[in-house]
Amino acid sequence: MNLKGTPLKGKDFENGHVLTTKSRSNAFYAWDTGQGIGKYLQGLKEGKILGTYCKKCDRTVVPPRVFCELCMGSNIEWRVLKDTGRINTFSICYVNWDASRVEHPHLPAVIEIDGATKGHGIMHVLDEVAPKDIKIGMKVKAVWKRKEERKGDITDIQYWKPL
Amino acid sequence: MSGKDEVAIVGAGMTKFMRRAKETPKELCFEAVRAALDSAEMTLDDIDCVIHGTAPDAFDGIHMKGEYLSDGSGAFKKPYMRGYVGGGTGVFSPIQGWYHIASGQFETALVVCEEKMSSFQPHPQGAFLTIFDNMTERPLKPNLLWIFALEMNRYMQTYGITIEDIAHVSVKNKNNAIKHPAAQLGKEITLEEVVNSEVLAWPVHREMVSPTSDGACAVILANKKRAKKITPKPIWISGVGWNLDTSYWTNRDLAYPQYVENAARLAYKMAGIKEPKKQINIVEPYDPFAYKECHHLEGLLLADKGKAPQLAIDGVTQRTGNMPSCPSGGLLGVGNPIAAAGLMKVCELFWQLRGEAEARQVPGKPKYGLAQAWGDLMQVGTVIIVRN
Repeated sequence: MNLKGTPLKGKDFENGHVLTTKSRSNAFYAWDTGQGIGKYLQGLKEGKILGTYCKKCDRTVVPPRVFCELCMGSNIEWRVLKDTGRINTFSICYVNWDASRVEHPHLPAVIEIDGATKGHGIMHVLDEVAPKDIKIGMKVKAVWKRKEERKGDITDIQYWKPL
Repeated sequence: MSGKDEVAIVGAGMTKFMRRAKETPKELCFEAVRAALDSAEMTLDDIDCVIHGTAPDAFDGIHMKGEYLSDGSGAFKKPYMRGYVGGGTGVFSPIQGWYHIASGQFETALVVCEEKMSSFQPHPQGAFLTIFDNMTERPLKPNLLWIFALEMNRYMQTYGITIEDIAHVSVKNKNNAIKHPAAQLGKEITLEEVVNSEVLAWPVHREMVSPTSDGACAVILANKKRAKKITPKPIWISGVGWNLDTSYWTNRDLAYPQYVENAARLAYKMAGIKEPKKQINIVEPYDPFAYKECHHLEGLLLADKGKAPQLAIDGVTQRTGNMPSCPSGGLLGVGNPIAAAGLMKVCELFWQLRGEAEARQVPGKPKYGLAQAWGDLMQVGTVIIVRN
């Protein structure tokens, strides 16, 4: 097979052996949070985790949504869920998106929220726990920002800690 | 008409896969297309329509990349479309080619997939950051590795699988890639070297991740009448399937890819395959991470749930085993220029089933091959089954 293609090395760029043109995108957005997530974020500002219950599918989901994507119906009820849950899965992440190393590992997790249907969780981060002590199935509780600091954002929950 | 064995692959070509190519995206497309046309002894005049697969515009920073790439893809003055289903694109594009022809509208189709990830600075992973939900996830500053590490951990925990079990896949694929002339990362590597490689996002280790790559692949499809005139060895498309799961990925079973099973069942039904484990002779599952090969073999019903790592450990999926998996070297070894990586797997089946895979040729007389790709927010499965 006669394979075409010319591999370059990083130093080919650094030494100016390859001509490049450069550009930076200047993109800035403001997203309306909508009916469903808007109410979810308002709940977070008030220190509550809201979910929605589909009467037809008998399913409580989080993040909440104003229509059920399974039955395409809107026969839903808003529910206040607990701010506790269980670790469905977690990671101990040592790198940033640009592959540089982080000083303290990030601890992302999927947390199944108490009051939601089994298997329904959200992505968030853990803290106040040694990475080696984290276990799948572990009970955790949300650590909230102080009321006056909350602004209706997923980061109104600072992190989750073992219960 | 079921569409089964009505459309054939009659030519295939690819470029080298590289961390950084000097060639532009258009030039990469051209080289793959030229190689595919030459392999079938065809000219652009013989092509009725063109299908292009390429991943987010964000990699290139060029809006409407399908149009940008159209000259390198030989698309001018022809029916042309760009399809995109994330990492699943490379197998979805030949499916699109299949239905262009199976519909009866066209006799031949050129399918080209290209990716040049290296333009994005300082690291192509940045182009993926916007896959996370803009309101409920991105404020937490996730990076792409998180989602794979979370899924891999759930898979391991559910079935009691160890990191060492999964490392066997890296060893197999990277060693397989040594014999692939286009490979970016083929190397002799031991189980210890994989297990002891740097932890990026536990449980994901450096040697369990595919690289970022530049490269392109192309295949030519033809209907029955034309295929038999073009080549004495057409490779028939027997089955196709695709399926999408929920984008609420934290509401989903992360241990098992149900959407891959749904896609596979569609393809098996069309192909008339009742016992996949016995009937599929070669498989090219999508392996951007080592655990994903296992995950996908299970979703494809080619391994029992939680048992795919054992196939690598026992040598069943070695090139000389009963069901070679990623004899090309896969994304872990050949490289991962997103859309092109999926089509590379289809090219591999084309060469393997024609007995043209040279040093990579699997022994025996393989009849059926299956290629699968996966992507979007870890939720799309695309499957193609071919035979000689």
